[in-house]
Amino acid sequence: MTAAIEIRDVHKRFGTLQALAGIDLEIPQGEFFGLLGPNGAGKTTLISILAGLVRADRGVARILGHDVLAAYRAARCTLGVVPQELVFDPFFTVRETLRIQSGYFGIRGNDAWIDEVMGHLDLTSKADTNMRALSGGMKRRVLVAQALVHRPPVIVLDEPTAGVDVELRQSLWRFVRRLNRDGHTIVLTTHYLEEAETLCERIAMLKQGRIVALDSTPNLLKRVHQLFLRLRLAGELPEELKALEHGNGEAGHLLRVRSYEDVEPALASIREAGCRIEEMEVIQPDLEDVFVEVMQQS
Amino acid sequence: MIGFSTLLYKELLRFWKVSTQTIGAPVLTAVLYLLIFGHVMEARIRIYDAIPYAAFLVPGLVMMSMLQNAFANSSSSLIQSKITGNIIFVLLPPLSYLEFFAAYVLAAVARGVVVGAAVLLVTLPFVEISIRQPLWILAFAICGSGVLGALGMVAGIWAEKIDQVAAFQNFLIMPLTFLSGVFYSIHSLPDIWQVVSRFNPFFYMIDGFRYGFFGASDIDPARSLGIVTVFLAVVSMLTLALLKRGYKLRH
Repeated sequence: MTAAIEIRDVHKRFGTLQALAGIDLEIPQGEFFGLLGPNGAGKTTLISILAGLVRADRGVARILGHDVLAAYRAARCTLGVVPQELVFDPFFTVRETLRIQSGYFGIRGNDAWIDEVMGHLDLTSKADTNMRALSGGMKRRVLVAQALVHRPPVIVLDEPTAGVDVELRQSLWRFVRRLNRDGHTIVLTTHYLEEAETLCERIAMLKQGRIVALDSTPNLLKRVHQLFLRLRLAGELPEELKALEHGNGEAGHLLRVRSYEDVEPALASIREAGCRIEEMEVIQPDLEDVFVEVMQQS
Repeated sequence: MIGFSTLLYKELLRFWKVSTQTIGAPVLTAVLYLLIFGHVMEARIRIYDAIPYAAFLVPGLVMMSMLQNAFANSSSSLIQSKITGNIIFVLLPPLSYLEFFAAYVLAAVARGVVVGAAVLLVTLPFVEISIRQPLWILAFAICGSGVLGALGMVAGIWAEKIDQVAAFQNFLIMPLTFLSGVFYSIHSLPDIWQVVSRFNPFFYMIDGFRYGFFGASDIDPARSLGIVTVFLAVVSMLTLALLKRGYKLRH
Protein backbone atom coordinates (compact mmCIF):
# COMPACT_ATOMS: atom_id res chain seq x y z
CA MET A 1 0.00 0.00 0.00
CA THR A 2 1.21 3.50 -0.81
CA ALA A 3 2.58 5.30 2.22
CA ALA A 4 0.53 8.22 3.51
CA ILE A 5 3.73 10.21 3.81
CA GLU A 6 7.07 9.39 2.27
CA ILE A 7 10.11 11.55 2.90
CA ARG A 8 13.45 10.67 1.33
CA ASP A 9 16.75 12.37 2.07
CA VAL A 10 15.17 15.78 2.64
CA HIS A 11 17.58 18.63 3.34
CA LYS A 12 16.78 22.26 4.00
CA ARG A 13 19.05 25.15 4.86
CA PHE A 14 17.97 28.70 5.81
CA GLY A 15 21.08 30.85 5.39
CA THR A 16 23.63 29.38 7.77
CA LEU A 17 21.06 27.30 9.64
CA GLN A 18 20.78 23.66 8.58
CA ALA A 19 17.10 23.18 9.42
CA LEU A 20 16.87 19.64 8.07
CA ALA A 21 19.93 17.48 7.52
CA GLY A 22 18.72 14.39 5.70
CA ILE A 23 15.32 13.17 6.83
CA ASP A 24 14.01 9.75 5.79
CA LEU A 25 10.59 8.84 7.02
CA GLU A 26 7.67 6.72 5.91
CA ILE A 27 4.29 6.90 7.58
CA PRO A 28 1.80 4.20 6.56
CA GLN A 29 -1.84 5.00 5.92
CA GLY A 30 -4.06 5.05 8.98
CA GLU A 31 -1.27 5.61 11.47
CA PHE A 32 -1.39 8.08 14.34
CA PHE A 33 2.14 9.42 14.21
CA GLY A 34 3.97 11.79 16.54
CA LEU A 35 6.73 14.15 15.55
CA LEU A 36 8.56 15.37 18.63
CA GLY A 37 11.57 17.52 19.26
CA PRO A 38 12.73 20.65 21.03
CA ASN A 39 12.08 24.09 19.53
CA GLY A 40 14.12 24.56 16.37
CA ALA A 41 14.51 20.82 15.77
CA GLY A 42 12.93 21.12 12.32
CA LYS A 43 9.40 19.82 12.92
CA THR A 44 7.61 22.80 11.42
CA THR A 45 10.08 22.97 8.51
CA LEU A 46 9.36 19.32 7.72
CA ILE A 47 5.61 19.92 7.88
CA SER A 48 5.98 23.03 5.73
CA ILE A 49 7.81 21.00 3.09
CA LEU A 50 4.93 18.49 3.04
CA ALA A 51 2.47 21.38 2.73
CA GLY A 52 4.40 23.08 -0.07
CA LEU A 53 5.06 26.17 2.06
CA VAL A 54 8.79 25.49 2.07
CA ARG A 55 10.81 23.94 -0.74
CA ALA A 56 13.42 21.34 0.15
CA ASP A 57 16.97 21.92 -1.10
CA ARG A 58 17.31 18.21 -1.76
CA GLY A 59 15.23 15.08 -1.47
CA VAL A 60 11.69 14.01 -2.16
CA ALA A 61 8.44 14.32 -0.24
CA ARG A 62 5.25 12.53 -1.27
CA ILE A 63 1.73 12.50 0.14
CA LEU A 64 -0.09 9.29 -0.79
CA GLY A 65 2.41 8.88 -3.62
CA HIS A 66 1.96 12.42 -4.97
CA ASP A 67 5.15 14.45 -5.12
CA VAL A 68 4.59 17.72 -3.24
CA LEU A 69 6.14 19.73 -6.08
CA ALA A 70 5.56 17.82 -9.34
CA ALA A 71 2.01 16.75 -8.40
CA TYR A 72 1.26 19.59 -6.00
CA ARG A 73 -2.45 19.70 -6.76
CA ALA A 74 -3.04 16.05 -5.89
CA ALA A 75 -0.67 16.27 -2.93
CA ARG A 76 -2.39 19.32 -1.45
CA CYS A 77 -5.87 17.86 -1.99
CA THR A 78 -4.92 14.87 0.14
CA LEU A 79 -3.36 16.91 2.93
CA GLY A 80 -4.98 18.99 5.68
CA VAL A 81 -2.70 21.13 7.81
CA VAL A 82 -3.53 22.82 11.09
CA PRO A 83 -0.83 25.49 11.37
CA GLN A 84 0.92 26.28 14.60
CA GLU A 85 0.33 30.04 14.49
CA LEU A 86 -3.11 31.28 15.47
CA VAL A 87 -3.97 32.95 12.16
CA PHE A 88 -7.35 34.10 10.84
CA ASP A 89 -8.88 36.35 8.23
CA PRO A 90 -10.57 39.25 10.07
CA PHE A 91 -12.92 40.05 7.19
CA PHE A 92 -15.08 36.95 7.45
CA THR A 93 -17.40 34.98 9.71
CA VAL A 94 -16.68 31.37 10.68
CA ARG A 95 -19.05 29.99 8.05
CA GLU A 96 -17.72 32.29 5.33
CA THR A 97 -14.18 31.27 6.23
CA LEU A 98 -15.05 27.57 5.91
CA ARG A 99 -17.01 28.03 2.68
CA ILE A 100 -14.17 30.00 1.13
CA GLN A 101 -11.62 27.42 2.24
CA SER A 102 -13.77 24.68 0.66
CA GLY A 103 -13.87 26.66 -2.56
CA TYR A 104 -10.07 26.91 -2.67
CA PHE A 105 -10.04 23.12 -2.73
CA GLY A 106 -12.54 23.11 -5.58
CA ILE A 107 -15.56 22.16 -3.48
CA ARG A 108 -18.94 23.91 -3.73
CA GLY A 109 -22.05 23.13 -1.70
CA ASN A 110 -20.02 21.81 1.22
CA ASP A 111 -22.44 23.00 3.89
CA ALA A 112 -23.46 19.57 5.18
CA TRP A 113 -19.84 18.64 5.94
CA ILE A 114 -19.06 22.14 7.25
CA ASP A 115 -21.99 21.82 9.67
CA GLU A 116 -20.79 18.40 10.77
CA VAL A 117 -17.23 19.60 11.39
CA MET A 118 -18.50 22.69 13.24
CA GLY A 119 -20.71 20.41 15.35
CA HIS A 120 -17.80 18.20 16.36
CA LEU A 121 -15.69 21.20 17.27
CA ASP A 122 -18.48 23.00 19.18
CA LEU A 123 -18.45 25.85 16.68
CA THR A 124 -22.10 25.75 15.59
CA SER A 125 -23.19 28.62 17.85
CA LYS A 126 -20.36 30.78 16.43
CA ALA A 127 -21.07 30.04 12.75
CA ASP A 128 -22.11 33.59 11.93
CA THR A 129 -19.68 35.36 14.25
CA ASN A 130 -16.85 37.36 12.74
CA MET A 131 -13.45 35.74 13.24
CA ARG A 132 -12.20 38.85 15.04
CA ALA A 133 -14.77 38.40 17.80
CA LEU A 134 -13.70 34.83 18.67
CA SER A 135 -11.54 33.84 21.63
CA GLY A 136 -8.15 32.22 21.02
CA GLY A 137 -9.52 28.75 21.67
CA MET A 138 -12.38 29.28 19.23
CA LYS A 139 -10.00 30.56 16.56
CA ARG A 140 -7.95 27.41 17.06
CA ARG A 141 -11.07 25.31 16.47
CA VAL A 142 -11.73 27.18 13.23
CA LEU A 143 -8.18 26.42 12.11
CA VAL A 144 -8.83 22.75 12.70
CA ALA A 145 -12.12 22.97 10.79
CA GLN A 146 -10.38 24.78 7.91
CA ALA A 147 -7.86 21.95 7.62
CA LEU A 148 -10.70 19.45 7.34
CA VAL A 149 -13.07 21.11 4.86
CA HIS A 150 -11.80 18.98 1.98
CA ARG A 151 -11.88 15.72 3.99
CA PRO A 152 -8.16 15.12 3.59
CA PRO A 153 -6.99 11.52 4.12
CA VAL A 154 -3.78 12.82 5.70
CA ILE A 155 -4.03 15.38 8.50
CA VAL A 156 -1.10 17.21 10.05
CA LEU A 157 -1.59 19.03 13.34
CA ASP A 158 1.29 21.31 14.26
CA GLU A 159 1.03 21.90 18.01
CA PRO A 160 -2.75 22.18 17.93
CA THR A 161 -3.15 22.35 21.70
CA ALA A 162 -0.61 25.06 22.47
CA GLY A 163 -2.36 27.48 24.82
CA VAL A 164 -5.68 25.68 24.61
CA ASP A 165 -7.97 24.91 27.54
CA VAL A 166 -8.64 21.39 28.81
CA GLU A 167 -12.15 21.20 27.39
CA LEU A 168 -11.07 21.98 23.86
CA ARG A 169 -8.12 19.63 24.13
CA GLN A 170 -10.39 16.79 25.09
CA SER A 171 -13.00 17.50 22.44
CA LEU A 172 -10.27 17.99 19.84
CA TRP A 173 -8.62 14.65 20.67
CA ARG A 174 -11.98 12.86 20.65
CA PHE A 175 -12.62 14.21 17.17
CA VAL A 176 -9.11 13.50 15.88
CA ARG A 177 -9.23 9.95 17.28
CA ARG A 178 -12.51 9.44 15.47
CA LEU A 179 -11.00 10.67 12.24
CA ASN A 180 -8.11 8.27 12.79
CA ARG A 181 -10.53 5.37 13.39
CA ASP A 182 -12.28 6.32 10.15
CA GLY A 183 -8.99 5.76 8.34
CA HIS A 184 -7.36 9.20 8.32
CA THR A 185 -3.63 9.30 8.86
CA ILE A 186 -2.72 11.73 11.62
CA VAL A 187 0.62 13.41 12.13
CA LEU A 188 0.93 15.34 15.36
CA THR A 189 3.60 17.60 16.74
CA THR A 190 3.28 18.66 20.32
CA HIS A 191 5.28 19.71 23.34
CA TYR A 192 2.79 17.91 25.59
CA LEU A 193 4.48 14.54 25.72
CA GLU A 194 1.63 12.96 27.69
CA GLU A 195 -0.65 13.64 24.73
CA ALA A 196 1.81 12.08 22.31
CA GLU A 197 2.24 9.05 24.57
CA THR A 198 -1.49 8.41 24.80
CA LEU A 199 -2.37 9.15 21.19
CA CYS A 200 0.53 8.17 18.93
CA GLU A 201 1.23 4.65 17.75
CA ARG A 202 4.67 5.59 16.51
CA ILE A 203 6.93 8.50 17.24
CA ALA A 204 9.89 10.19 15.60
CA MET A 205 12.13 12.45 17.66
CA LEU A 206 13.97 15.20 15.87
CA LYS A 207 17.03 17.07 16.99
CA GLN A 208 18.90 19.66 14.96
CA GLY A 209 17.30 18.55 11.72
CA ARG A 210 17.89 14.82 12.15
CA ILE A 211 15.72 11.95 13.32
CA VAL A 212 17.37 10.67 16.49
CA ALA A 213 14.71 8.14 17.45
CA LEU A 214 11.97 6.44 15.47
CA ASP A 215 9.95 3.61 16.91
CA SER A 216 6.57 2.52 18.19
CA THR A 217 5.55 4.25 21.40
CA PRO A 218 5.77 1.05 23.55
CA ASN A 219 9.25 0.30 22.17
CA LEU A 220 10.40 3.83 22.89
CA LEU A 221 9.15 3.55 26.45
CA LYS A 222 11.15 0.32 26.86
CA ARG A 223 14.29 2.21 25.93
CA VAL A 224 14.59 3.78 29.29
CA HIS A 225 16.10 1.26 31.64
CA GLN A 226 14.94 2.76 34.85
CA LEU A 227 12.07 2.91 37.27
CA PHE A 228 11.29 5.34 39.99
CA LEU A 229 10.49 4.26 43.49
CA ARG A 230 8.68 6.80 45.58
CA LEU A 231 8.92 6.14 49.29
CA ARG A 232 7.67 7.92 52.35
CA LEU A 233 9.58 6.66 55.36
CA ALA A 234 9.26 6.94 59.08
CA GLY A 235 12.96 7.56 59.66
CA GLU A 236 16.07 8.37 57.66
CA LEU A 237 16.86 6.93 54.24
CA PRO A 238 19.69 4.43 54.69
CA GLU A 239 23.12 5.72 53.62
CA GLU A 240 23.63 3.07 50.89
CA LEU A 241 20.44 4.21 49.10
CA LYS A 242 21.41 7.87 48.99
CA ALA A 243 23.28 7.29 45.72
CA LEU A 244 19.98 6.26 44.08
CA GLU A 245 18.11 9.28 45.33
CA HIS A 246 16.72 11.36 42.46
CA GLY A 247 14.66 13.75 44.50
CA ASN A 248 13.39 14.43 47.97
CA GLY A 249 10.30 16.41 48.77
CA GLU A 250 6.96 16.39 50.50
CA ALA A 251 5.89 13.32 48.54
CA GLY A 252 8.89 11.46 49.96
CA HIS A 253 12.13 10.15 48.53
CA LEU A 254 12.35 9.41 44.84
CA LEU A 255 14.82 6.62 44.07
CA ARG A 256 15.97 5.74 40.58
CA VAL A 257 16.50 2.01 40.00
CA ARG A 258 17.35 0.13 36.83
CA SER A 259 14.64 -2.54 36.99
CA TYR A 260 12.17 -4.35 39.22
CA GLU A 261 15.05 -6.61 40.34
CA ASP A 262 16.63 -3.63 42.10
CA VAL A 263 13.47 -2.89 44.08
CA GLU A 264 13.77 -5.83 46.46
CA PRO A 265 17.37 -5.10 47.61
CA ALA A 266 16.40 -1.46 48.18
CA LEU A 267 13.48 -2.48 50.37
CA ALA A 268 15.74 -4.94 52.20
CA SER A 269 18.19 -2.14 53.07
CA ILE A 270 15.36 -0.07 54.45
CA ARG A 271 14.13 -2.98 56.54
CA GLU A 272 17.62 -3.68 57.83
CA ALA A 273 18.05 -0.03 58.81
CA GLY A 274 14.92 -0.43 60.94
CA CYS A 275 12.99 2.06 58.88
CA ARG A 276 9.23 1.78 58.37
CA ILE A 277 7.68 2.39 54.95
CA GLU A 278 4.57 4.55 55.24
CA GLU A 279 3.84 4.86 51.57
CA MET A 280 5.33 3.35 48.42
CA GLU A 281 4.81 3.71 44.66
CA VAL A 282 6.63 2.32 41.63
CA ILE A 283 6.61 4.84 38.80
CA GLN A 284 7.08 3.67 35.21
CA PRO A 285 9.19 5.82 32.91
CA ASP A 286 7.09 7.99 30.65
CA LEU A 287 7.72 9.56 27.29
CA GLU A 288 9.25 12.59 28.94
CA ASP A 289 11.99 10.42 30.44
CA VAL A 290 12.55 8.81 27.05
CA PHE A 291 12.63 12.22 25.39
CA VAL A 292 15.16 13.61 27.86
CA GLU A 293 17.35 10.53 27.51
CA VAL A 294 17.23 10.52 23.71
CA MET A 295 18.01 14.22 23.53
CA GLN A 296 20.93 13.87 25.93
CA GLN A 297 22.40 10.86 24.19
CA SER A 298 22.19 12.16 20.64
CA MET B 1 -11.84 26.87 -11.84
CA ILE B 2 -13.73 26.76 -8.53
CA GLY B 3 -10.49 27.49 -6.69
CA PHE B 4 -9.82 30.53 -8.84
CA SER B 5 -13.38 31.86 -8.68
CA THR B 6 -13.42 31.41 -4.89
CA LEU B 7 -10.19 33.36 -4.49
CA LEU B 8 -11.59 36.08 -6.76
CA TYR B 9 -14.84 36.13 -4.76
CA LYS B 10 -12.90 36.34 -1.49
CA GLU B 11 -10.80 39.23 -2.79
CA LEU B 12 -13.93 41.08 -3.98
CA LEU B 13 -15.72 40.44 -0.69
CA ARG B 14 -12.66 41.69 1.18
CA PHE B 15 -12.81 45.20 -0.28
CA TRP B 16 -16.58 45.26 -0.50
CA LYS B 17 -16.91 44.63 3.24
CA VAL B 18 -14.89 47.77 3.97
CA SER B 19 -16.29 49.85 1.12
CA THR B 20 -16.34 53.09 3.11
CA GLN B 21 -12.59 52.94 3.18
CA THR B 22 -11.97 51.25 -0.20
CA ILE B 23 -14.54 53.10 -2.33
CA GLY B 24 -15.96 56.00 -0.30
CA ALA B 25 -12.62 57.53 0.72
CA PRO B 26 -11.06 57.65 -2.79
CA VAL B 27 -14.28 59.14 -4.21
CA LEU B 28 -14.20 61.90 -1.61
CA THR B 29 -10.53 62.60 -2.37
CA ALA B 30 -11.26 62.87 -6.10
CA VAL B 31 -14.17 65.24 -5.50
CA LEU B 32 -11.95 67.44 -3.33
CA TYR B 33 -9.33 67.55 -6.07
CA LEU B 34 -12.01 68.52 -8.57
CA LEU B 35 -13.50 71.24 -6.40
CA ILE B 36 -10.16 72.78 -5.44
CA PHE B 37 -8.13 72.42 -8.64
CA GLY B 38 -11.18 72.94 -10.83
CA HIS B 39 -11.97 76.18 -9.05
CA VAL B 40 -8.41 77.53 -8.88
CA MET B 41 -7.31 76.59 -12.39
CA GLU B 42 -10.55 77.12 -14.29
CA ALA B 43 -9.77 80.63 -15.44
CA ARG B 44 -6.12 79.94 -16.23
CA ILE B 45 -6.01 76.82 -18.32
CA ARG B 46 -7.83 75.97 -21.50
CA ILE B 47 -7.05 72.64 -23.10
CA TYR B 48 -7.77 71.39 -26.62
CA ASP B 49 -9.29 74.88 -27.15
CA ALA B 50 -12.87 74.07 -26.36
CA ILE B 51 -12.67 71.97 -23.20
CA PRO B 52 -13.06 73.70 -19.84
CA TYR B 53 -10.44 72.73 -17.27
CA ALA B 54 -12.84 70.98 -14.87
CA ALA B 55 -14.14 68.77 -17.68
CA PHE B 56 -10.55 68.01 -18.71
CA LEU B 57 -9.69 67.15 -15.13
CA VAL B 58 -12.49 64.64 -14.51
CA PRO B 59 -11.23 61.75 -16.71
CA GLY B 60 -7.75 62.24 -15.29
CA LEU B 61 -9.09 62.04 -11.74
CA VAL B 62 -11.19 59.00 -12.61
CA MET B 63 -8.17 57.22 -14.08
CA MET B 64 -5.88 58.27 -11.25
CA SER B 65 -8.37 56.90 -8.70
CA MET B 66 -8.65 53.66 -10.65
CA LEU B 67 -4.89 53.20 -10.85
CA GLN B 68 -4.21 54.00 -7.21
CA ASN B 69 -7.03 51.80 -5.95
CA ALA B 70 -6.13 48.87 -8.17
CA PHE B 71 -2.62 49.07 -6.75
CA ALA B 72 -3.88 49.46 -3.20
CA ASN B 73 -6.18 46.45 -3.50
CA SER B 74 -3.68 43.77 -4.42
CA SER B 75 -0.77 45.22 -2.45
CA SER B 76 -2.71 45.71 0.78
CA SER B 77 -4.42 42.34 0.55
CA LEU B 78 -1.11 40.52 0.10
CA ILE B 79 0.88 42.43 2.70
CA GLN B 80 -1.90 42.14 5.29
CA SER B 81 -2.15 38.40 4.66
CA LYS B 82 1.60 38.03 4.91
CA ILE B 83 1.87 40.03 8.12
CA THR B 84 -1.08 38.37 9.85
CA GLY B 85 -0.01 34.98 8.52
CA ASN B 86 -3.36 34.14 6.95
CA ILE B 87 -1.66 33.97 3.54
CA ILE B 88 -1.26 30.31 4.51
CA PHE B 89 -4.96 29.78 3.72
CA VAL B 90 -4.30 30.44 0.03
CA LEU B 91 -0.90 28.73 -0.04
CA LEU B 92 -2.08 25.38 1.33
CA PRO B 93 -4.82 24.70 -1.27
CA PRO B 94 -4.12 23.39 -4.77
CA LEU B 95 -4.27 26.81 -6.45
CA SER B 96 -1.88 27.32 -9.35
CA TYR B 97 0.24 30.44 -9.59
CA LEU B 98 -1.78 31.46 -12.67
CA GLU B 99 -5.06 31.23 -10.73
CA PHE B 100 -3.46 33.16 -7.90
CA PHE B 101 -2.32 35.91 -10.27
CA ALA B 102 -5.60 36.12 -12.17
CA ALA B 103 -7.74 36.31 -9.03
CA TYR B 104 -5.72 39.09 -7.39
CA VAL B 105 -5.37 41.14 -10.59
CA LEU B 106 -9.04 40.80 -11.55
CA ALA B 107 -10.13 41.82 -8.06
CA ALA B 108 -7.82 44.84 -8.33
CA VAL B 109 -9.33 45.71 -11.73
CA ALA B 110 -12.81 45.36 -10.25
CA ARG B 111 -11.99 47.71 -7.37
CA GLY B 112 -10.37 50.15 -9.81
CA VAL B 113 -13.39 50.14 -12.11
CA VAL B 114 -15.90 50.44 -9.24
CA VAL B 115 -14.00 53.38 -7.73
CA GLY B 116 -13.56 54.97 -11.18
CA ALA B 117 -17.26 54.65 -11.97
CA ALA B 118 -18.17 56.07 -8.56
CA VAL B 119 -15.84 59.06 -9.04
CA LEU B 120 -17.32 59.71 -12.48
CA LEU B 121 -20.84 59.46 -11.15
CA VAL B 122 -20.20 61.80 -8.24
CA THR B 123 -18.46 64.43 -10.41
CA LEU B 124 -21.26 64.52 -13.01
CA PRO B 125 -23.32 67.16 -11.17
CA PHE B 126 -20.30 69.51 -11.15
CA VAL B 127 -19.10 69.12 -14.71
CA GLU B 128 -20.66 68.67 -18.10
CA ILE B 129 -18.83 65.84 -19.76
CA SER B 130 -19.42 63.72 -22.84
CA ILE B 131 -18.52 60.12 -23.48
CA ARG B 132 -17.49 59.86 -27.13
CA GLN B 133 -15.73 56.49 -27.28
CA PRO B 134 -16.86 54.16 -24.46
CA LEU B 135 -14.84 51.22 -25.77
CA TRP B 136 -11.60 53.16 -25.51
CA ILE B 137 -12.57 54.19 -22.01
CA LEU B 138 -13.20 50.57 -21.06
CA ALA B 139 -10.03 49.29 -22.70
CA PHE B 140 -7.80 51.80 -20.89
CA ALA B 141 -9.67 51.32 -17.60
CA ILE B 142 -9.16 47.56 -17.67
CA CYS B 143 -5.58 47.56 -18.95
CA GLY B 144 -4.48 50.40 -16.67
CA SER B 145 -6.05 48.84 -13.56
CA GLY B 146 -4.57 45.50 -14.62
CA VAL B 147 -1.05 46.98 -14.74
CA LEU B 148 -1.46 48.53 -11.30
CA GLY B 149 -3.10 45.40 -9.90
CA ALA B 150 -0.08 43.39 -11.03
CA LEU B 151 2.33 46.05 -9.72
CA GLY B 152 0.47 45.90 -6.41
CA MET B 153 1.08 42.15 -6.36
CA VAL B 154 4.80 42.70 -6.94
CA ALA B 155 4.88 45.22 -4.08
CA GLY B 156 2.85 42.95 -1.80
CA ILE B 157 5.01 39.93 -2.55
CA TRP B 158 8.28 41.83 -2.19
CA ALA B 159 7.45 43.85 0.93
CA GLU B 160 7.88 42.42 4.38
CA LYS B 161 6.43 45.38 6.24
CA ILE B 162 3.50 47.71 5.58
CA ASP B 163 5.80 50.74 5.33
CA GLN B 164 7.63 49.08 2.43
CA VAL B 165 4.35 48.92 0.52
CA ALA B 166 3.71 52.53 1.51
CA ALA B 167 7.17 53.47 0.20
CA PHE B 168 6.43 51.70 -3.10
CA GLN B 169 3.17 53.63 -3.30
CA ASN B 170 4.50 57.02 -2.20
CA PHE B 171 7.81 57.04 -4.05
CA LEU B 172 6.87 55.25 -7.24
CA ILE B 173 3.13 55.03 -7.89
CA MET B 174 2.15 58.51 -6.64
CA PRO B 175 4.84 60.47 -8.56
CA LEU B 176 4.18 58.48 -11.72
CA THR B 177 0.43 59.16 -11.53
CA PHE B 178 0.80 62.83 -10.60
CA LEU B 179 3.31 63.39 -13.40
CA SER B 180 1.26 61.57 -15.99
CA GLY B 181 -0.91 64.49 -17.07
CA VAL B 182 -3.85 64.06 -14.70
CA PHE B 183 -3.86 67.80 -13.98
CA TYR B 184 -2.44 69.14 -17.24
CA SER B 185 -1.89 68.37 -20.89
CA ILE B 186 1.77 67.62 -21.51
CA HIS B 187 1.70 70.19 -24.30
CA SER B 188 1.63 72.83 -21.60
CA LEU B 189 5.00 71.56 -20.30
CA PRO B 190 8.49 72.70 -21.40
CA ASP B 191 9.93 70.48 -24.17
CA ILE B 192 12.26 68.56 -21.91
CA TRP B 193 9.42 67.54 -19.57
CA GLN B 194 7.29 66.57 -22.54
CA VAL B 195 10.04 64.13 -23.51
CA VAL B 196 10.40 62.85 -19.94
CA SER B 197 6.63 62.36 -19.69
CA ARG B 198 6.75 60.02 -22.67
CA PHE B 199 8.84 57.60 -20.61
CA ASN B 200 6.09 57.41 -18.01
CA PRO B 201 3.77 54.53 -18.89
CA PHE B 202 1.01 56.04 -16.75
CA PHE B 203 0.91 59.01 -19.11
CA TYR B 204 -0.39 56.76 -21.92
CA MET B 205 -3.09 55.32 -19.64
CA ILE B 206 -4.42 58.76 -18.72
CA ASP B 207 -4.06 60.19 -22.21
CA GLY B 208 -5.79 57.25 -23.90
CA PHE B 209 -8.52 57.17 -21.29
CA ARG B 210 -9.17 60.87 -21.84
CA TYR B 211 -9.45 60.27 -25.58
CA GLY B 212 -12.54 58.16 -24.88
CA PHE B 213 -14.24 61.24 -23.41
CA PHE B 214 -13.14 64.03 -25.73
CA GLY B 215 -12.09 62.26 -28.90
CA ALA B 216 -8.85 64.22 -28.60
CA SER B 217 -5.53 63.33 -26.98
CA ASP B 218 -1.83 64.13 -26.98
CA ILE B 219 -0.96 60.72 -28.44
CA ASP B 220 -2.80 58.47 -30.89
CA PRO B 221 -4.95 56.23 -28.61
CA ALA B 222 -4.12 53.06 -30.53
CA ARG B 223 -0.46 53.73 -29.93
CA SER B 224 -1.12 54.45 -26.25
CA LEU B 225 -3.11 51.25 -25.87
CA GLY B 226 -0.29 49.31 -27.54
CA ILE B 227 2.23 50.76 -25.07
CA VAL B 228 -0.04 50.07 -22.07
CA THR B 229 -0.65 46.49 -23.27
CA VAL B 230 3.08 45.86 -23.61
CA PHE B 231 3.59 47.28 -20.12
CA LEU B 232 0.80 45.06 -18.81
CA ALA B 233 2.43 42.03 -20.41
CA VAL B 234 5.85 42.86 -18.94
CA VAL B 235 4.54 43.48 -15.40
CA SER B 236 2.36 40.36 -15.61
CA MET B 237 5.28 38.21 -16.68
CA LEU B 238 7.38 39.59 -13.85
CA THR B 239 4.59 38.86 -11.34
CA LEU B 240 4.04 35.36 -12.73
CA ALA B 241 7.77 34.64 -12.55
CA LEU B 242 7.83 35.70 -8.88
CA LEU B 243 4.78 33.57 -8.10
CA LYS B 244 6.15 30.57 -9.96
CA ARG B 245 9.40 30.77 -8.00
CA GLY B 246 7.43 31.24 -4.81
CA TYR B 247 9.51 34.37 -4.14
CA LYS B 248 9.02 35.40 -0.50
CA LEU B 249 5.87 33.27 -0.36
CA ARG B 250 7.15 29.69 -0.46
CA HIS B 251 10.57 29.64 1.16
